[in-house]
Amino acid sequence: MSPASDSYLERAPLELRDWLVQFLPEPLQWLAHHLITVVAVLAVFGTFFAFTTIAERKLLARLQNRLGPNRSGLPWIKGLKLWGLTQPFADAVKTLTKEDIVPATADKWLHFLAPVIVVAFSLMTFAVLPFGRNMIPVELNAALLYFFAAGAATELAIFMAGWSSRNKYSLLAAMRALAQLISYELPLILSVVPIVLVAGTLSTKAIVLTQGYWTSGFLPHWFVFTPWGLAGFLIFIVAALAESNRSPFDLPEAESELIAGHLTEYSGFKYALFFMAEYFGLTALSALGVTLFLGGWQAPCVFLEFIPSYLWFMLKLIGMIVFFIWVRGTLLRLRIDQLTRLAWKFLVPLALLNVGNAAFWVLSAHWAGPLQLVRWAVSFAVIVIPFVIMGRSLTAGFAPRTYRYAS
Amino acid sequence: MLGSGIIKGLAVTAKNFVGSYYDPARMTTVEYPEQPTVLPENYRNFPFLVSENATDPMGTLRCVACQICEKECPPQCIIIEKSKDKKPDANGKMQLYPAVFGIDTSVCMSCQICVEVCPFDAIKMDKVFEIAATDRFLDLYLNREQLAKPNTYYHQIHPEEAAEVDGRLTADRKAAEEKAKATAAAKAAAPVAAPKPADSAVAPKPASPAVKPQDEPRRLVSPKPGEGGSPLGEGGPAKSS
Repeated sequence: MSPASDSYLERAPLELRDWLVQFLPEPLQWLAHHLITVVAVLAVFGTFFAFTTIAERKLLARLQNRLGPNRSGLPWIKGLKLWGLTQPFADAVKTLTKEDIVPATADKWLHFLAPVIVVAFSLMTFAVLPFGRNMIPVELNAALLYFFAAGAATELAIFMAGWSSRNKYSLLAAMRALAQLISYELPLILSVVPIVLVAGTLSTKAIVLTQGYWTSGFLPHWFVFTPWGLAGFLIFIVAALAESNRSPFDLPEAESELIAGHLTEYSGFKYALFFMAEYFGLTALSALGVTLFLGGWQAPCVFLEFIPSYLWFMLKLIGMIVFFIWVRGTLLRLRIDQLTRLAWKFLVPLALLNVGNAAFWVLSAHWAGPLQLVRWAVSFAVIVIPFVIMGRSLTAGFAPRTYRYAS
Repeated sequence: MLGSGIIKGLAVTAKNFVGSYYDPARMTTVEYPEQPTVLPENYRNFPFLVSENATDPMGTLRCVACQICEKECPPQCIIIEKSKDKKPDANGKMQLYPAVFGIDTSVCMSCQICVEVCPFDAIKMDKVFEIAATDRFLDLYLNREQLAKPNTYYHQIHPEEAAEVDGRLTADRKAAEEKAKATAAAKAAAPVAAPKPADSAVAPKPASPAVKPQDEPRRLVSPKPGEGGSPLGEGGPAKSS
């Protein structure tokens, strides 16, 4: 083991947990062990969610030459503004004290259960993410399978919300949302298949460890730095944007066009729970992207290993989220037909080709010397040429759009 | 190639992001309570009464209680009561003055018709927009004392318009003086011995009592607005006409 793996900071969180657990009698220790992990994940990602909302609002504002929220300070000190960083807590108090309105004809139980289920399932995905060296809540052999199963279950909750509201607009919006989420489930999973093919495992912990080498000390062997990995990462990002209902794929609750889609009949804290689940889903998908493509908790260079692994993981996660916010501040919303066309006519074929590409990469693993260059060139060509050709056919007849004025 | 537009767009927003910290010209936000807002010259919200002198606003109101604005006001938010006596105006002419002049700003729709119909340039549009109040009846009803603001204030808020109005008024005043002089000269030339012919303002005095009775009954019938109690009853100004 390298010296970095047993530095004090690296071990501190795990040792704190073990120290706390040993105070309990033997039969309760496993329970306390897991409860502490759950509480830690909830606390860290709950706070992370709170500050993601304010960071998103501030960043979006700056991307559009605005100031963003900068008013809320502390309630008992006048004049102290703290750059508006306490905004999420003010929002929490506001949503908690808001009236909870349930439509008279709504299915009360389903209406209540939908936000609970959506938050529960989006939190369950955090169980298999390796946040640091040896820091993984549950070690599963089929972690990836579990992640996508739990992630897909939130779609059920969205339909529950639309159905139980007894509102035709909610129901239609929920069906639209389902159409989008199911369309993008396919490219999302197909973009991950090459990783499984190359790493030979479904365990997220093992996938991170296979990326843990450096060429001459500073070139990390992350999967994103291979042709098939880069293509997979880009497809993954597009599909993750659509899966987490974010701009430019935020059709399910397009603020400027619909009231709130399947959330029309939700108010107060139930609405906040959906909002929270959306951000948890985004964070979980970003964390999965970091784990699968960006080397997880591994440092980018050997000499940077003194920074603890969980901090590297958080840094990469923040980077991903900032990128998603940047995309939201830039791109326009797609139409539903454009959305499904992009998924079925472009991302799915490209992701399938990428699976073949990864198979080639595995088969040519023993190539050496000049053949190594051939391997890279072939792998790039397999992904770039279809991208250009399919990109042309996708936009043919649609772009660039010409406008003619009435004469 | 597909995706090049996305990269271009990302570059634009990235430039915005960096520029928002270094280039204040990009930012259009005015942080209102701390930074004063600069209102455009022609901004208007509610009317105010112009007085000539800041030290004695009630004595030097331009308003002569002619009640044209009260009659023209589309939502009928102006309440005027004529005085029983007369006071000399800026020209030295004896005029009536408003004993009661109230504007219910909760009814006013800022149409500026009162300003347009006023033949004395006595009512103008104000720019004060910080008018939040805790009582929607009493606090939003402005009486004569609250409405009166000096001409210098009018110059501050609408400089161009005020200069034009002042020019017109001084021209009128000069013309009136010259006319008075001319009539005085004519009267002096005439053999009739008049003790004070120049003081023509006193002359129409006998005419005014004749006007008053026409107006008085109407005001007496309607409930007395202003001064103390709520000017509006339960459902707004109970004005019968």
